[in-house]
Amino acid sequence: MGNTAMDKKMTGQPLPGLLNGDIIRLTLRAAMGRRRALLFALPAIILIGLSALLKAKANSPVWPPEVLGSVGYLILALTALIVGGSVLGAEIDDGSILHLLATPVSRRSVILSKYLVAVALTIAFAAVPEYIAGAIATGASSGLAVGLFVGALAGAVIYNALFLMLTAVFSPAQALAFGLLYVLLWEGLLASLVPGVGLLSAGHYSLAVANSIAHNAALHADLNVGTGIGMGLVVTVASLAFASVTLSGFNVAGDVT
Amino acid sequence: MTDIDLRGVSRWYGNVVAVNDISMTIGPGVTGLLGPNGAGKTTILNMMAGFLMPSRGQITVAGQSTWRNPGLFRQVGVVPERDSVYAFLTGAEFVGISARLHGLADAGAAAQRAIDLVEMSDAQDRRISTYSKGMRQRIKVAAALVHDPEVLLLDEPFNGMDPRQRLHMMDLLHAQGGRGRVIVFSSHILEEVERLSGVIQVIVGGRLAASGDFRAIRRLMTNRPHVFLVHSSDDRALGAALIGRPAVSAVELTAHGLQVRASDYGTFTREVAGLSRDHGIRLRQVLPADESLESVFTYLLAS
Repeated sequence: MGNTAMDKKMTGQPLPGLLNGDIIRLTLRAAMGRRRALLFALPAIILIGLSALLKAKANSPVWPPEVLGSVGYLILALTALIVGGSVLGAEIDDGSILHLLATPVSRRSVILSKYLVAVALTIAFAAVPEYIAGAIATGASSGLAVGLFVGALAGAVIYNALFLMLTAVFSPAQALAFGLLYVLLWEGLLASLVPGVGLLSAGHYSLAVANSIAHNAALHADLNVGTGIGMGLVVTVASLAFASVTLSGFNVAGDVT
Repeated sequence: MTDIDLRGVSRWYGNVVAVNDISMTIGPGVTGLLGPNGAGKTTILNMMAGFLMPSRGQITVAGQSTWRNPGLFRQVGVVPERDSVYAFLTGAEFVGISARLHGLADAGAAAQRAIDLVEMSDAQDRRISTYSKGMRQRIKVAAALVHDPEVLLLDEPFNGMDPRQRLHMMDLLHAQGGRGRVIVFSSHILEEVERLSGVIQVIVGGRLAASGDFRAIRRLMTNRPHVFLVHSSDDRALGAALIGRPAVSAVELTAHGLQVRASDYGTFTREVAGLSRDHGIRLRQVLPADESLESVFTYLLAS
């Protein structure tokens, strides 16, 4: 330990930079190392298996947009939810987040680095399988397969921002519960019954993007692509900003000791 | 100066008051936060580290507020109590990442220095999941020391350490404190702080119960009234002899021997053996009856 400490740090500024390579690598290793990683892959395998089965049994143009649009995008949302819990929630739960927070890395950089990993994992475990399932159903270069894939990319970007924000704001368990309610109740049920709810649905933003390429009415895209992208951007940026602010005011879980 | 300054700091969770109106200034050297479990030590350390917002009052390190101030970690190192590290990393990887996250120019060399300092170089290439609790504590300390901080906050750092490791850690903390660093650690075990010189802040029930030089507080602790269970070859005769001594305030003859209330711990323990010898009584047992930490702390709180 040198004696330079006195002069070097009296004015403490956070480390510059939007992304931090060490946090990205650490988050990736932590997420993939846990048993949870198996959970990521399972829904994707089911989706691909289901498509292969339907293709073999019922080779019709009716089911691909219905199944891949609803089941596929539900899997997309749930994968993002599990991934979001994995990249931040697990560390908050076990307290290891303190080792990251006890550094001058800016909280925005912590959030953005983890967000990048979450988006990449969701693309790998939900968007790519969605494309594979679409390719099995209607061909690799079909508008439906490509459209659903691009829509799923948009979904990975939006959902992860939303769920990361929930994890930063609430406890990880609460975030998971709210996320599930949002996906199943708000998006799954209400958005299909009540007109206008789709305007506040990440799933519908994704479908709007998908439909702009696939042009398939069976996708039930309620929004036009401009609205979908615009709203998606607003939700993403606002969620990430709010998550960063919340993390910089992170209160360690309050056990009274 | 890199003093830690607390001004009227309180923290409550709902209706539970964890820390109640604490003011103190902690300067260079080793300072122990001493208190029973649940006294609020971790809460205080978390607030000092900026991991918890005070409900009331203000905490500054080197004149800067610790809340929402990550830049402060350039001069502050933290060793959390919870045994949660990235167990899939090797010790060297963990400390290396800490060095880079602190933006150190030569992170590799800094990490190696810190690992050597805590004597973990032999195990540095093993995964942390294979470490004993004491080793985990030491690698956490290495990660917290890697940027040579002005202020080091350690929550129960001696937990899980064997006596030799504990001694080494105390030497390490003393050395850091001796170099003008502000070292604050918490402990609920009196014996742990016994070997540490310096300042003690005793926390009981979220309040600052006693504060000052370690020896003075230690004296306060040993001079409090003590209850002993004494068993001898002739309890009645010994009881009669004991009650004549100024250090003894009460004696009760029970079925299990004598229950002796000593007003002065030190004098009583010195006198009891000689007294029984003078009376030809064989002493079989002298057992302190209220040595629990809680009773010590409760006494301190009352005095």
